[in-house]
Amino acid sequence: MGEFLQQLINGIQIGSIYALIALGYTMVYGILRLINFAHADIFMVGAYMGFFLGPVMTKIFGSAFLPTIIAAMLVCGLLGFVMEKLAYRPLRYKSRLSALITALGVSMFLENFCSMPRVFSPAFLKFPDLIVARNIPIPGNLGLNVSNVLLLDVSVSVILMVLLFWFVNKTLIGKQMRAVSFDKATASLMGINIDVVISTAFIVGPALAGAGGILYGTTYGMLASPFLGTWPGIKAFIAAVLGGIGNIPGAVLGAYIMGISEAFATSVNSNLGYGIAFAILIGILLVRPSGLLGKFMPEKV
Amino acid sequence: MTFIRTHRTVATVAAFVLVYVIIKTFSILPLAEGKPLINGYYLQLIALIGINIVMTVSLGMVNGFTGQFSIGHAGFMAVGAYTSAMITTVWLHVSVANPWVGYPVFILAILVGGLMAAGAGYLVGAPSLRLKGDYLAIVTLCANELIRTVIRVTEVLNGPRGLGGIPKFTNLEVIFVFTIVSVVLMRNYVFSSHGRSMKAIRDSEIAAEAMGINTTRQKVFVFAFSAFFAGVSGGVFAHLLQYIHPDNFSFVKSLEYLIYLYVGGSESISGAIIGPAIFTLLPELMRGLKDWRMVIYPLILILTMIFRTEGIMGLKEFSFILIPQRKRKEANT
Repeated sequence: MGEFLQQLINGIQIGSIYALIALGYTMVYGILRLINFAHADIFMVGAYMGFFLGPVMTKIFGSAFLPTIIAAMLVCGLLGFVMEKLAYRPLRYKSRLSALITALGVSMFLENFCSMPRVFSPAFLKFPDLIVARNIPIPGNLGLNVSNVLLLDVSVSVILMVLLFWFVNKTLIGKQMRAVSFDKATASLMGINIDVVISTAFIVGPALAGAGGILYGTTYGMLASPFLGTWPGIKAFIAAVLGGIGNIPGAVLGAYIMGISEAFATSVNSNLGYGIAFAILIGILLVRPSGLLGKFMPEKV
Repeated sequence: MTFIRTHRTVATVAAFVLVYVIIKTFSILPLAEGKPLINGYYLQLIALIGINIVMTVSLGMVNGFTGQFSIGHAGFMAVGAYTSAMITTVWLHVSVANPWVGYPVFILAILVGGLMAAGAGYLVGAPSLRLKGDYLAIVTLCANELIRTVIRVTEVLNGPRGLGGIPKFTNLEVIFVFTIVSVVLMRNYVFSSHGRSMKAIRDSEIAAEAMGINTTRQKVFVFAFSAFFAGVSGGVFAHLLQYIHPDNFSFVKSLEYLIYLYVGGSESISGAIIGPAIFTLLPELMRGLKDWRMVIYPLILILTMIFRTEGIMGLKEFSFILIPQRKRKEANT
């Protein structure tokens, strides 16, 4: 029982980080129908921002976590904005697949540029302690291991998700975003500025990924190399597809399913833990071809 | 010239043989201070280009000509690589020292590898080709990673340690024969009536179905056919590098082939030949740039896509690939 609960808790922790990344994938996909492969590398930049800005923020503000996460979100939002302007905008009305290949190119560029010695360096880095990790005693003798880092991960991602839901459902720009993702051509006829909406999606999504990067660094305490975004990125992307890509609650649901199943499978065999996500996804897509919460669109003649 | 113009298979073969003769000459003639211009390093690179060409052309059959979006091609390569390597290395223990036994076994092994990959392609394709667009892409990506996971946990295949000690059967001749035969087969398929139904499915699946094409069967067949060539390439790849590891065949590798394909031009066989040739050589030619090499490479890729969205070749084909309209003598009589 204790083992079961422990894996469940671990899964929720990983799932929270995946959810923050998956939201960016699903927002961009919903609006542009583009799989933004470079999103994983923006997550990586966010994690490295924690490494570089964390000590600076400690000096300025005394406490490090909150200022660092906000700074990382700003940097990643800016990066997403610039990326869309330079790489994706010239291709917007051309073939969708060329935009995808460009996304792959941007991803390769970010990974290799950040690996250069003068930039982030390819070396293994220790993530600074933004908060002091402490174990929280749990009543009962189940042997549960709960730390304040875990609570922080879950609460930060839940707060950000609530903010995102409010942003998408209650603000004007959020309403415009939903209109554009529903039908781009009609939305632009209704006087919605598509450029502004797309730029917003490319700021908000990467900002969430940046926050996810800080949480990742705090949780694992190390940064392996600038290629570290690839696997969390692909897992988060699959989570977004699992929930029905383009659907924001779906991405969160998918991310938690992914995190929990991965935690359980990893406790059996580390190689299995890695593959389980893919098996689950194939199973679900074969039963529900548009994801758990996705709408099925029948093909029209 | 009339002969060449009407027998395009011969022309395609001739073009490749010409390239082979040039490379072979420069790898023998001692031009650079008593040593040949093309040394072992370049020969290895040329072999990789051959493998990449076959992988890309076979991916183009699914992605370019049939309009299905598969991004898990490296998984089928892994199936072929592991099957053939197990046959030659672990079960039959053949070696290069005895070529009269070795080569027939090697050829049989890569063909069996190809068939296994085609089987895997059928298993992946049959249930999932009813998914549309990006969802198919995700399923193929997942299938790729699942194949890799299965290899990692299977102790017989040496799991995460990788399989080593594979005899080096792949040489320049093997690479050229393999590339020529594969490219000609796929080219003839694309320009046959099956190829026309593939293109019909790409342009409008519903219209193709209304015209009497069995779209599901055609799609699954093309998928398995292309997986077969990926498997054979995997076998050749394993016997070139002599060591294979499950991580060689991750989805990152599949994305590499996707890049080659779309940079070359996805709806053109010539594009699928020129894309991998240029983009395999490019990082090696930029060795002098040191750290900047892999930074400039993606920039070239992005700029190519922005300024030539349809790929380097676009819809064009080299004249030695394309079949011209034959004169219809019957029409006159």
